[in-house]
Amino acid sequence: MTAMAEPEVGRARVRKEDERLITGRTRWTDNIALPGLVHMAFLRSPTAHARITAMDTSAAKEMPGVIAVYTGDDLDPGGEVGMPNAWPITPDQKTPRRPMLAQGTVNFAGEAVAVVIARSAAEAEDALAEIDVDYDDLPVVLGVDDAVADGAPLVHEDMGTNKSAEWIFDSAEAGSGGDVQQAISSSEVVVTRRFRQQRLVPAFMEPRSVVVDPTAPQLTMWSATQVPHILKTMVAMTLGLPEHQVRVIAPDVGGGFGGKLAVTPEECAAVVVAQKLGKPVKWTESRSETMVSAHHGRDQMQDITISASRDGTITGLKVDLLADMGAYLGIVGGGVPVLGAFMFNAIYKVPAYRFSCTTVFTNTTLTDAYRGAGRPEATFAIERIMDELAAELGMDPMELREKNWIKHDEFPYTTVSTLTYDSGNYEAATAKAMQLFDYDGLRREQRERRERGDRVQLGIGISTFTEMCGLAPSRVLGSLDYGAGGWEHAAIRMLPTGKVEVVTGASPHGQGHETAWSQIVADQLGVGFDDIEILHGDTQSSHKGLDTYGSRSLTVGGIAVVKAAEKVIAKARKVAAHLMEASEDDLEFADGKFTVRGTDTSTAIQDVALAVFAAHDLPEGVEPTLDSEAVFDPENFSFPHGTHLCATEVDTETGRVRLRSYVCVDDIGKVINPLIVEGQMHGGLAQGIAQALFEEAVYDEFGTLTSGTFADYLLPSAMDLPSFTTDRTETAATSNPLGVKGVGEAGTIASTPAVVNSVVDAVRHHGVNDIEMPLSPMRVWRAVHEGDAAAGGPGAEAGGGLGSIDSAHGGAQ
Amino acid sequence: MIPAPFDYVAPSTVDEAVRALADAGEDAKVLAGGQSLLPVLRMRLAAPTTVVDLGKIGELKGVRDEGDAVVIGAMSTHYDVQRDPLVHDHALLLARATDTVADPQVRHRGTFGGSLAHADPAGDLLAPALALDAEMVIQGTGGRRTASAAEFFQDFFTTSLAPEDILVEVRIPKHTGWSAHYEKFNRVAQAWSMVAVAATVRAEGGTITEARIGLTNMASIPVRATAVEQALVGRSADAETIRAAAEHAAEGTSPTVDGNADVEYRQHLARVLTGRAVEAAMAG
Ligand SMILES: Cc1cc2nc3c(=O)[nH]c(=O)nc-3n(C[C@H](O)[C@H](O)[C@H](O)COP(=O)(O)OP(=O)(O)OC[C@H]3O[C@@H](n4cnc5c(N)ncnc54)[C@H](O)[C@@H]3O)c2cc1C
Repeated sequence: MTAMAEPEVGRARVRKEDERLITGRTRWTDNIALPGLVHMAFLRSPTAHARITAMDTSAAKEMPGVIAVYTGDDLDPGGEVGMPNAWPITPDQKTPRRPMLAQGTVNFAGEAVAVVIARSAAEAEDALAEIDVDYDDLPVVLGVDDAVADGAPLVHEDMGTNKSAEWIFDSAEAGSGGDVQQAISSSEVVVTRRFRQQRLVPAFMEPRSVVVDPTAPQLTMWSATQVPHILKTMVAMTLGLPEHQVRVIAPDVGGGFGGKLAVTPEECAAVVVAQKLGKPVKWTESRSETMVSAHHGRDQMQDITISASRDGTITGLKVDLLADMGAYLGIVGGGVPVLGAFMFNAIYKVPAYRFSCTTVFTNTTLTDAYRGAGRPEATFAIERIMDELAAELGMDPMELREKNWIKHDEFPYTTVSTLTYDSGNYEAATAKAMQLFDYDGLRREQRERRERGDRVQLGIGISTFTEMCGLAPSRVLGSLDYGAGGWEHAAIRMLPTGKVEVVTGASPHGQGHETAWSQIVADQLGVGFDDIEILHGDTQSSHKGLDTYGSRSLTVGGIAVVKAAEKVIAKARKVAAHLMEASEDDLEFADGKFTVRGTDTSTAIQDVALAVFAAHDLPEGVEPTLDSEAVFDPENFSFPHGTHLCATEVDTETGRVRLRSYVCVDDIGKVINPLIVEGQMHGGLAQGIAQALFEEAVYDEFGTLTSGTFADYLLPSAMDLPSFTTDRTETAATSNPLGVKGVGEAGTIASTPAVVNSVVDAVRHHGVNDIEMPLSPMRVWRAVHEGDAAAGGPGAEAGGGLGSIDSAHGGAQ
Repeated sequence: MIPAPFDYVAPSTVDEAVRALADAGEDAKVLAGGQSLLPVLRMRLAAPTTVVDLGKIGELKGVRDEGDAVVIGAMSTHYDVQRDPLVHDHALLLARATDTVADPQVRHRGTFGGSLAHADPAGDLLAPALALDAEMVIQGTGGRRTASAAEFFQDFFTTSLAPEDILVEVRIPKHTGWSAHYEKFNRVAQAWSMVAVAATVRAEGGTITEARIGLTNMASIPVRATAVEQALVGRSADAETIRAAAEHAAEGTSPTVDGNADVEYRQHLARVLTGRAVEAAMAG
């Protein structure tokens, strides 16, 4: 009798890929050196909006080592090439052409205007200073409110407006709920807020880099991208290349967070330049370039109104967004706020809902996907306003949530925004979190500190979030006018020695697919974890895929792997039956062995693989291969959820916020590798907390990014964060055979409102009801200070308080 | 992020270094730990023709006892200063301030002399140098001279160093037995100070006999909070006295405005942090 091997799924394995990543013994795009390689450097516009009246590149061409200098007209004389936008959110969306190099006008500071090619990167950079550009300044458009104001100057003169599109969802029209206006006007309590989602920089660790080798008929592009498959198709379409003559490789990629979900002008220019010169070219950006030219994230103004009855039952929710797209639309562009549209109602039963979003152009770096993309914005707004509603009602904020959330026995539940949540248990996650957090004890301490008039006040913040991820059912994407599907591909190759190659169309850039996929396949096929190699990120070996973003890899790509494994077993079963002279129906497959039921006759899958390789004795009509492919298109999104609780200490004399404790209990369904999950949670929390407290991309009145280095753009380190208490409940997803949900964005989505709620809670008795993000000490101090002044001291009747947005009250400089 | 081309020399004595600077003329730059200079070069905010690296000059490193003063070589790293027993015993304030500089990596490369010569008003070692009456020993083409901290710091990133001058060492009069505290306020752990207060005091039987308070980032140069010092000396060090004295902390300051803080808030912080710094210093 053989003992069952310990299943791989669920084991906290150290990641296979870590050793090579941590010791630097790996291949990043910038490490790639090819014979005859030349280097590119981009000259970038110092000004946010201007007409280019003259450009003289002759002196630069004379610089040492310089091979060529090109302008926009040199690369694209007809002015026809534009970077792709794959998500026109409305049929009449205005989509300005985004050239490789500016032609005629520059529309944001940092836009590339010329490219130098030289023997070395240093010589290319030296020559940039010799390019002479004359700019004729145009009025600079900044801030969505100003951009949509009557008579505002225009980013794109020829479009006649700064509005790109308006996208609306109305539950009355959709038949999924009531009329929101009616709900609001007939409700006992109405709370309205304006929240600002500041602009953020994705700040991936590895700067972007691209190498293009044009010296074979099939051109090869290496890129530090999270979307090699999309890049291949899009580069072919954008530049009019035959798709079969383009190969894209994403080697090891050092982070993305959505920031490398892009098809960039630099990548396309590299292809054109390489073809013009007939030489391999490389471009690797500096951090300063990343800051101004890689897309940013968030940047929305959210007007939100919630209505309820006195007992706390929500009656309606209305959201109006202005989303700053920057100067152009990126590949997903306007789709980011639209993704949020389905998430404002969150875990609550909302009877009437209306969402509208206007996407707006300004003279800034474009915004696009950034960890959570649309869902953090939505989660922030609803979780913040739930706290404000609770304050208005004089209710405990958790009690209010409990009153309105979907109960565990009400799943599957179709929401007012028409999604069907397959499963969840908000009660269980919350109960566990409340206990780990010592909610009652902290509330007691909070009361005591208030009564003592302690200099340091304690606040408690809640975020009971859910999100939709695992992008995405193709038919849903189709209904939203997205340009592609949401399936994922996998293939399995059984090698003669019994080792296994797994091909995935997902494209890891830090997530640990090699480890997780190995664990899944080890259990499915009963082969050793170390006998499995995961191939990814090269369109030649992994020819089909839709890459990694939106917490989709496991819930879509991982399921494709399972499906492919099932096909391998089905093929192997036929052969095994033949080899053991048994009927297929009499075979059991477990632990990598086919056993004839009721006997000890068995054969291992590795032996079957060798027999198939030899092909000496196969059943009639069976091809000599066990290899298989599968494409999985999910029926539904995955809906992870969780309860996050944050305690902060606010020094009312200085405004400094200290995170005292952070507890999260997340439900991400079945866990493949708890260690990877833990890593995703910690990183996600840090990123979400950073939005609440630290990060902000700031432009001055001229459209210059003043937070252009990490000295000004503040990223927290371990020193700035508490020790997180993370735990889980496990409610299996019913929409996929593994029962898994996504975890990649959960921490980022949930944590931001938990922190802000906590700080506001700490100082609410000073008359404060909102503070703009990031909650810098100055903003917090000023809120306390002015709240006191307006309300006549702490504890007095409220009445002061701050609007969320008021630059005179601690707003952005 | 590639610096413009430059010539590189690494002399082994201070004399050679001064000569190398003089030979190279206005466009030469001294390289110490490189923690401030290299970012400037890589962002091409400066493009010197010659870089004179002080890293190979042994005489610029180390801390020694000179009777009534502790003398710190300009090329001593923050890490060296942090754990030096002489500094700890006779200039505790400097050790405390150095503890707060950047992160371990930067502290292993960055130097005390480099920080003072760089003269970033947000740098953490300027105010302690001022508060401790440090004296800069400078060597130029005309030989050695000294400058008091008050003479040395002239403006944002500007000192009395001429282009061919080298800061050789810093003499700090012994403050043996003084207690000290450096109260730093920043937004993330490894960042520069928004405002910081360097306080060192001597007390006898609960009465403050001497007090030195320096402020970081409250003007284009480090400033002494003399009104606070005066309000403390001769008084008993109770909370009320300290609080009242600290109210004077922002007098005569002219802080800059940036995204982190405006003038009002910086001055408010200076008052609050001064009270806390003195309290912490008294508490040992
Ligand atoms: C990430 C980071 C965080 C930091 N955080 C802090 C912080 O919190 N607090 C803080 O105080 N500092 C901080 N710093 C700065 C750090 O302390 C530097 O070490 C210091 O500013 C410069 O010292 P250096 O030896 O590196 O000088 P360098 O960078 O080599 O030189 C700086 C300047 O001084 C001149 N110079 C240097 N030595 C001499 C000399 N002996 N004679 C004449 N001229 C000289 C150089 O020519 C140059 O102009 C930080 C730096 C980094 C990179």
